[in-house]
Amino acid sequence: MGNGCDMNGDVEKNVDKGLATVERVELLISCLLRIGVITSMVIVFAGTVLTFVHHPHYVRDGGGLAGIKAGRVDWPRSMEQEMTGLKQGRGNALVVLGLVVLIATPVLRVGVSILIFAYQRDGVFVAITALVLALLLISFVLGRAHHLVAGG
Amino acid sequence: MLDHTTPLIFALFIFGCSLVAGFLGSLLGLGGGIIIVPVLTLVLGVDFRYAAGASLVSVIATSSGAAAAYVKEHLTNLRVAMFLEIGTTAGAITGGLIAGIIQPRWLYVLFGLMLAYSAVAMFQKGRHVQGEAPRDRWADRLRLHGKYYDEAEGCEVSYRVAHSWTGLGLMYVAGIVSGLLGIGSGALKVTAMDLAMRLPIKVSSATSNFMIGVTAAASAGVYFARGDINPFIAAPVALGVLIGATAGSKMLGRLKSGAVRAVFLVVLIYIAGNMLYKGWHS
Repeated sequence: MGNGCDMNGDVEKNVDKGLATVERVELLISCLLRIGVITSMVIVFAGTVLTFVHHPHYVRDGGGLAGIKAGRVDWPRSMEQEMTGLKQGRGNALVVLGLVVLIATPVLRVGVSILIFAYQRDGVFVAITALVLALLLISFVLGRAHHLVAGG
Repeated sequence: MLDHTTPLIFALFIFGCSLVAGFLGSLLGLGGGIIIVPVLTLVLGVDFRYAAGASLVSVIATSSGAAAAYVKEHLTNLRVAMFLEIGTTAGAITGGLIAGIIQPRWLYVLFGLMLAYSAVAMFQKGRHVQGEAPRDRWADRLRLHGKYYDEAEGCEVSYRVAHSWTGLGLMYVAGIVSGLLGIGSGALKVTAMDLAMRLPIKVSSATSNFMIGVTAAASAGVYFARGDINPFIAAPVALGVLIGATAGSKMLGRLKSGAVRAVFLVVLIYIAGNMLYKGWHS
């Protein structure tokens, strides 16, 4: 590490101002991430338990395994199927809901970051973060476009 | 392997593997995906698309779960992360588009070679005394420089960021790899931040862990729309990886940088060999 621990006055002056404001941003975001992850994992776990409760043969014998590995078992692949599955209380619909919450967590983090940088009047980082959010949303749109082109 | 067991035992085995993958991934700034994809495909015979889809979900869980712990230790550089995420998300989109055109075997080979090179470069850096980081006007302007409290050294470490635009370009490449292979490509991110941008390895590990969630979310959106996220496989992977990652994130602050580097070197070489083998034989 060499002189990594030496205090460099020049660096300190430039860095302190940025760090003090960033600290609050980081703590708020970490709190947000934790809530999102715990929520999604509770839903995923509940959905997994429900799946095994609804399919007792999954616990008893190996008949269903090949189908699960190859994806021949049904699970919600669209919003309509997901809503139907949730209404019927299907385990895999609940798992998918939890996974959607999990995927949404980093997206929400980027969204909240924009607001915090705006509050700090850091225009450059509002623009940077907004660009990241725009790219994220574009990726979801492109994923859907690919789905339509491929015909599901 | 495990062809004639019950889905319950299969799920529990995936959960166990994911636990270990999450622990190692968090400790090294990798997403855990690089470990779980070979286990799912080579060992358990899961369809590659589902392995990649489950891996992406686990990458998000790792990143988001461990980030909270990293942030409290002030190892994560949020400004660097946000700046570089422009590159990773753009790359993830590009990777998702190329995925439908190019043969994956060439990407395995390319990725294997790149990791092997990174491992050698990392090893050489570990042996030499670190020079003064060159001045980067853009890093000054965006206020990317930072500091953190090093528990092992027992003092505060200030650092300056260099080559921010090179870093952004490398992050674009890391994003492409993530979109193509369904991994967080944390190894590439850490290497770029460590070697090009001159961040301390603990900061680059924590910042990488913070960033891969956003990269993986961009990739996961595409996989989800295609129906390639299989809940039967993704559920035990996500749960296992998250618990493992939470345990791993509690250890990073207490390790000497040299120890992290040594473990990281071994893992890089192992993954490189794995990638090359897979590309050669597919």
